[in-house]
Amino acid sequence: MTAATAPEAAAASTPGEGREPDRQAPTSRTVRRGLPLVPAVVLLLAFMAGPIVYSLYLAFTNRALRGEGASETSFVGFDNFTQAFASADFWNAVGLTLLFTLVSAIIGQNLLGMALALLMRKANKLVTALTGAVVIGAWILPEVVAAYLWYTFLGDEGSLNQVFTAIGLPPQDWLFSVPILAVSFANIWRGVAFSMLIYTAALAQVSPEVEEAATMDGAGRIRKFVSVTLPIIRRSVATNLMLITLQTLSVFGLIFIMTAGGPGTSSQTLPLYMYEQAFSYGQLGYGTAVALLLLLIGGLASLAYLKMLPEEEKS
Amino acid sequence: MLRFVGGTAIALPLAACGAGGGNENRLRIAYQQFGSGQVMEDYLTRVIEQFTTERPEVVVELVPIVAAEHDYFTKNELMMSSARTAPDLVYEDTFILQADVEAGYLRPITELVEAWPTWEAVFEPGRTAVTADDGEIYAVPTHTDTRALWYHSGLFEEAGIELPWAPTTWEELLETFRTLQSELGEDVIPFNIFSGKAQGEKASMQGFEMLLYGTQDTLYDEESQLWQLGSQGFADSLDFIRTVFEEGLTPNLGDALDPNVGETIYNSWLPEGRLAVNLDGSWISQNWIEGAPGEWPEWSDVMQLATMPTQDGADPGFVTLSGGWSWALPALSSRSELAWEFLQQMLTVENMTELAVTDNQIAIREDIAAQEDYLGYSPTVEFFTELVPDATYRPAYAPYPQVSAAIQTAMETVMTGQGSVEEAQAAYDEDVIGIVGEDGAEQAG
Repeated sequence: MTAATAPEAAAASTPGEGREPDRQAPTSRTVRRGLPLVPAVVLLLAFMAGPIVYSLYLAFTNRALRGEGASETSFVGFDNFTQAFASADFWNAVGLTLLFTLVSAIIGQNLLGMALALLMRKANKLVTALTGAVVIGAWILPEVVAAYLWYTFLGDEGSLNQVFTAIGLPPQDWLFSVPILAVSFANIWRGVAFSMLIYTAALAQVSPEVEEAATMDGAGRIRKFVSVTLPIIRRSVATNLMLITLQTLSVFGLIFIMTAGGPGTSSQTLPLYMYEQAFSYGQLGYGTAVALLLLLIGGLASLAYLKMLPEEEKS
Repeated sequence: MLRFVGGTAIALPLAACGAGGGNENRLRIAYQQFGSGQVMEDYLTRVIEQFTTERPEVVVELVPIVAAEHDYFTKNELMMSSARTAPDLVYEDTFILQADVEAGYLRPITELVEAWPTWEAVFEPGRTAVTADDGEIYAVPTHTDTRALWYHSGLFEEAGIELPWAPTTWEELLETFRTLQSELGEDVIPFNIFSGKAQGEKASMQGFEMLLYGTQDTLYDEESQLWQLGSQGFADSLDFIRTVFEEGLTPNLGDALDPNVGETIYNSWLPEGRLAVNLDGSWISQNWIEGAPGEWPEWSDVMQLATMPTQDGADPGFVTLSGGWSWALPALSSRSELAWEFLQQMLTVENMTELAVTDNQIAIREDIAAQEDYLGYSPTVEFFTELVPDATYRPAYAPYPQVSAAIQTAMETVMTGQGSVEEAQAAYDEDVIGIVGEDGAEQAG
């Protein structure tokens, strides 16, 4: 594959690039440079392309693990998709997925991560180190452990209710009454470290002179942040938003352990809906179709973030 | 030269495959391994020893599938769907058996079992459970479980209710719960019935179906082979659920919808005397035996049993749902004869009695139910075994898991008061049509 595309790529780039000093053998150089990529491409094709093509195929069949669809698999066209679009449970899952992503990633992790990064810039080293350790500690916990911690924290006889009772407040039942917010909080707690690290790194590159100059011009703190700091780090913001959105769209274990999508379907996001259809009900074809729709949502979100970047930065 | 080398390189793995696949004396047995339980492995190892003493050429390979309920079904089905991975004997929940038959994963064994003398000893409901729509038998049931009302005799005495308690209709049940409520006050929950989606299959089977199968109606009509819609029994069962939750005879909604409420019931509410009646399965006493997390030596004195009455006391006077497991032969296995020989050794009276005793099982066979070792192993086993001949099995066809989810949704609607009984039933009927199609269901009555 590399051998086939390399000459074309080289041919396309040679005429315009007058400043290239090494003109004798651009083709062989491109090949040389491409070589280290070969193992990665082969691995991707072997382990990713196969399953992706297979799942595209599955989504258009009635393939099931048990029952009739298992003995005879046949093409059903867009039936799985029309079934999904006609299903109230599917739309419920889409809505919850978007809400979960909005609350826990775009608002929660993103803003809290930014706030932490800004505060840590001002704080003394000890506070910075301690906060960093605690926040990153939450991040490195395995998902299952974090989810179970939150389940025991918010549970009926959990530690939060013991604190509430001790200070005379009525007990909460958020896992039951507002499950999607409960899992969102857990996801913020767990994922904020990632945004914090990205923003800490981005802020470190904002040179103090620029900010000082703004201060000299009489800009207040908020003005300085909105008009100077934020534009400088906007690429990091877009990257961070894209990554945490994609991560959050596919969160499964955290919700599965805390609420299992319940009560009823009130915290059943798309990954849980997909799992239930494909593995509890054995409807592999339908489950795969839902998975593709989830992929589509992720793709649309990525496109939206790319659009946010100014034209010259998209290369 | 080069060609020759290439040829050998390709031929070698093929030869290796052939040896593995074609060995007539190699048996692979798949079963569920959940948690740290050793019972199944010990049992199979014992049978292997017995079997290979006479047939030393046979090699038996155990394939423990480490997974919880649904994941076990999934992994098992994936293995059975290919000749390269299909085991020679599989352990199947009767709940999923029909769906696997429909998928073509299993081999009919009617002729084999009918020529096997022990088959006569299998109780009728067990035989029905392993017989598919086409009239063929597909598996040998090993054991079962039954369901009834567990009640706390201490609390009953405190409330002044006469013992032994033997309710004969739903109305009597409700009266007892109301008495418990008024006599014992807020600290004691009169009654637990698993309900709602969070409880999963427990809600459908231990909860709803224990009610519905005590009415004149069913979920599925075996004769017309259609799912039943709009039945009076369904509405009455939902109304029973609505009543107990509305009157506060049950745990509060937060607890009732907690997926782990079972643990709380076994490890704290019952031992601490905070719950009076629990509608549950025959196995729950295993939570209280020595060494269990909720160890409770006094349980056999305190916890008493009553059968779950039918709606109006109709024959046989009680209702119990049964589940259970079975051994089946995958269609793609090439060593079915050997597997059947091995299975017969597994199912001898001695081997099955020992397994029943160590695994807290309810026997599905007359010959095992008559063993002294079996009858003596737990104070409750006799009670639960006597229910077996009248037990009802779920209509475990392929759509059942989805229908079951629709039942749980309907239960949740009425228990939370989000909708009326009529609305919940209408939504259930709509769900069922969505699952099995217009042709798969009919109006009851």
